[in-house]
Amino acid sequence: MKKFLLSLIALGVLVFVALFTFALWPTSTPALSASASIDQALIDKGRYLADAGDCTACHTTKGGQPFAGGLPIASPVGTLYSTNITPDKDTGIGKYSLDEFDRALRHGIAANGDSLYPAMPFPSYARASDDDVRALYAYFMQGVEPVKAENRANDVPWPLSMRWPLAIWRKVFAPAPQAVAFDAARYQDPQIARGAYLVQGLGHCGSCHTPRALTLQEKALDESGSEYLAGGPVIGGWLAVNLRANPADGLGNWSADDIVATLRSARSETHAVLGGAMGDVVVHSTQHLNDADLHAVAAYLKSLPPSAHSVSSFKADPATAKALQAGQESGRGAELYVDNCAACHRTDGQGYQRVFPKIAGNSSVLSQDPVSMIRLVLTGSKLPATATAPSELGMPGFAWRMSDEEVAQLLTFIRSNWGNQAPAVKASQVAELRATLPKP
Amino acid sequence: MATAKPKVDAVIVGMGWTGAILAKELTDAGLHVVVLERGADRDTQPDFAYPKVVDELEGSVHRRYLQSLSQETVTARHGLNGTAVPYRQMGSFKPGTGVGGAGSHWSGCHFRALPEDFKLRSNVEQRYGAKFIPSDMSIQDFPVSYEDLEPHFDHFEYVCGTSGKAGVIQGVKQAGGNPFEGSRSREFPLGPNPNYLGAEMFYKGAREMGWDPYPIPASNASAPYVNPYGCQMGPCNACGFCSDYGCLNYSKASPNISILPVLRQRKNFELRTHAQVLKVNLDSDGKKATGVTYLDAQGREVEQQADLVLLCAFSLYNVHLMLLSGIGKPYDPQTGEGTVGRNYSYQNLNRVVLFFNKDVQANQFIGIGGAGTTMDNLNGNQLDNAKAGFVGGGIIWARQPGAGPVRGINVPPGTPNWGTAWKQAASDAFRHSFYFEVQGACMSYKQHYLSLDPTYKDGFGRPLLRMTFDWHDNEVKASQFLVGKAMEMSKILNPTAMSGDAKKPGEHYNITKYQSTHTCGGAIMGSDPKTSALNRYLQSWDVHNVFAIGANAFPQNNGYNPTGMVGALAYWSAKAIREQYLKNPGPLVQA
Repeated sequence: MKKFLLSLIALGVLVFVALFTFALWPTSTPALSASASIDQALIDKGRYLADAGDCTACHTTKGGQPFAGGLPIASPVGTLYSTNITPDKDTGIGKYSLDEFDRALRHGIAANGDSLYPAMPFPSYARASDDDVRALYAYFMQGVEPVKAENRANDVPWPLSMRWPLAIWRKVFAPAPQAVAFDAARYQDPQIARGAYLVQGLGHCGSCHTPRALTLQEKALDESGSEYLAGGPVIGGWLAVNLRANPADGLGNWSADDIVATLRSARSETHAVLGGAMGDVVVHSTQHLNDADLHAVAAYLKSLPPSAHSVSSFKADPATAKALQAGQESGRGAELYVDNCAACHRTDGQGYQRVFPKIAGNSSVLSQDPVSMIRLVLTGSKLPATATAPSELGMPGFAWRMSDEEVAQLLTFIRSNWGNQAPAVKASQVAELRATLPKP
Repeated sequence: MATAKPKVDAVIVGMGWTGAILAKELTDAGLHVVVLERGADRDTQPDFAYPKVVDELEGSVHRRYLQSLSQETVTARHGLNGTAVPYRQMGSFKPGTGVGGAGSHWSGCHFRALPEDFKLRSNVEQRYGAKFIPSDMSIQDFPVSYEDLEPHFDHFEYVCGTSGKAGVIQGVKQAGGNPFEGSRSREFPLGPNPNYLGAEMFYKGAREMGWDPYPIPASNASAPYVNPYGCQMGPCNACGFCSDYGCLNYSKASPNISILPVLRQRKNFELRTHAQVLKVNLDSDGKKATGVTYLDAQGREVEQQADLVLLCAFSLYNVHLMLLSGIGKPYDPQTGEGTVGRNYSYQNLNRVVLFFNKDVQANQFIGIGGAGTTMDNLNGNQLDNAKAGFVGGGIIWARQPGAGPVRGINVPPGTPNWGTAWKQAASDAFRHSFYFEVQGACMSYKQHYLSLDPTYKDGFGRPLLRMTFDWHDNEVKASQFLVGKAMEMSKILNPTAMSGDAKKPGEHYNITKYQSTHTCGGAIMGSDPKTSALNRYLQSWDVHNVFAIGANAFPQNNGYNPTGMVGALAYWSAKAIREQYLKNPGPLVQA
């Protein structure tokens, strides 16, 4: 028995030493040859790529200096603060060599050797090409104003604050850039290939839109996994939607133009971006992409087959509109709809183009998890102003006016009429979300 | 001691229609623009959000979206010898406040003036002789023509998503529109709104009278619309909460939804709310403005220096600021000298209510602020003024901006004012009555003017603006004539009862009863610096870097709502600033 215990301890020590060694074993990263010269064209290219990568989303605080860091990011281990990535030599990344920059960007390793928290999407950025890394480096060194701003220590309690276990996560879950070097030849169509490169790489769409495993890595980093972009977790109270071709709750019924319009302006003819997080992505990132790239992104997304997990469906059915227009309200949900929603979204659930999103067949309405709809009805939402669509159209919140039961009935009504078929909403789901909202 | 803010290119007083237009145009030109708005910031969400905004008590009784009169108001009197008293409760007219100003709580009627309205005095003199104009009537020609403003009328309509039917395009008459209007360069951006019953019946009555009815041009969108700035409007759902309210539906054009979405994204645009401008500061010789002094939200005095000062407040307050700041010479009705305060005019609004049996479903709770039917057969040169016996014309319209119990229910003449009989009449009438209105022109007179009040001061210690105004025989005659015609037409429709409120001879202006917010003049545009405060570009004759943009510039008022004209003048003035003034700052017209 004693011997057994001893061997168990010895084994434990061995495993620990092995893990520790695995963690600390240096990662060798191939050196990048520097650009022959940094000219304005390269800096401009880098700026465009930084927009595509939405670096500002995390590295700029609201109203703060561009890329000076300091934005709090909630994570399972505690609050992280983004770092200063301006070229300030003392507090930013001004002393980074091209290789140090590359190690942070694509490998997840800081200049001091620490592994980065995967809040930095280096598993996705790993797919960026060497040329694009050089352009980004040129931009961050010469196209960004240096800002003196000390990095703020993360609020992560010990022992979670130890960095070395992160190296294990990185080595196990993050692909080596050389292993996932982007190969356009994998796609039959160069446009789809370009889209794949942007979506999987700098766009890091999967960071939100791909479900994660228990160990927090994305279940797939490209289309080889059937759950790639199949809808992620709830972020800031909003669901990251399924981007695969499911006709009801995915992009199956979206045209490529709908996707382009949404990424350009946070709205399309019939749909609107709901959550603040994606609204910010449009404002900071996708609205700045050129038409060719947006169409490439759309083409790639449209190439993804449906996810097998979807339970929703849509088949247009005129019965609801006919009944409502004849003054027949089938229950409390229908009454609530007519009293609160129909003036804008209309009794036929079609809304008005570009102004009031349609409800019939709307993929957000039909998502399996109704959290975004509950949130929308309770708090309302507002579209962001973009360069091409400056109007911050909004929907008011009804939390002050409807009980949990009423919201549940209303949502169950809209999810099961005009041909919509999505799971019913329970009052308890509404109560749960309502409890997370700030008290009015 | 005032805190001084760094100098900017232009400071704009007021964030209503004209402030928004000027801010848009000048930031387009690359200027750094600061707008000072005395009220709060306002936007559809959350300020006008459904359903809270749809509250008659809050909106029409407590006047939530209008200017509070507790800090700033005007005093009023009927004649030169009277003592003016303060306008303490909102009555006859309703200035706005806050971002959007009156442009957020207007109805949406969006007319252009007629070509002959621009040359009123010379037109009347030519048609009827100079003696036809009463000696105390001080009407003048505008120093601009319809043709000058046409591109700006057009642009403003496209910014507003105005819904209507053109009557004349490039000189060619169009069926269904106003055949008497000035020629348009193109059709309205949106087709007309649907007619409610009263507007439909107006067509019948008007046609039997031999008139040419047409849809009122309304900046209440009849369909989804994106304006030239990329701003989105939603189609009006006829909720009936336009006048007194901000629009819940992105349907009624306003500075808030039509222009500000673009401005708010601009780095060279800065909006400071709760900023009460006290005066325009002038340099030592009074020839040039150096900026303005205002009180900020904390009540601290702040000086904002600027190269250009644009007065874009409500018309009355533009005049007030000019008087307080010593911009131009105050008008003296005894000597006729001075220009600031001169030619205050108003609107001659009258109503005819028609009551019907219960099979006529008028449903007055439905409303689209600016929409309805009107006709121009008694307006402009269509009216034989010599025969009618007064100067100026007017329009009759069927307009239903939405009604409700709190806003008041019309009851047939002879109904008691309270009790069971009133209740029964109100209940019978609400869904089965509607009204037509007569909107007449209002001339300007030597004795009707604006000045500083000798007695009363506002919350900031400044003399209040004093209004000296009353109904003149000319307007009483016009009221009687036009209301008579409206009643004649109404009879054709066989109402069970009818009431009309034509003005009676000797009737005085009643400031306690709502009539119209179309207060005009006081700092008028003209071609002679002796009889106008502003030149043809709305630039002060006396202080060249001050422009006063608004209905204050109208030498007299015509039969239409002023907003279309105000917007066009704002774009006209902005063009002159951009193309002429910025290159060579100084008087744009040599006196």
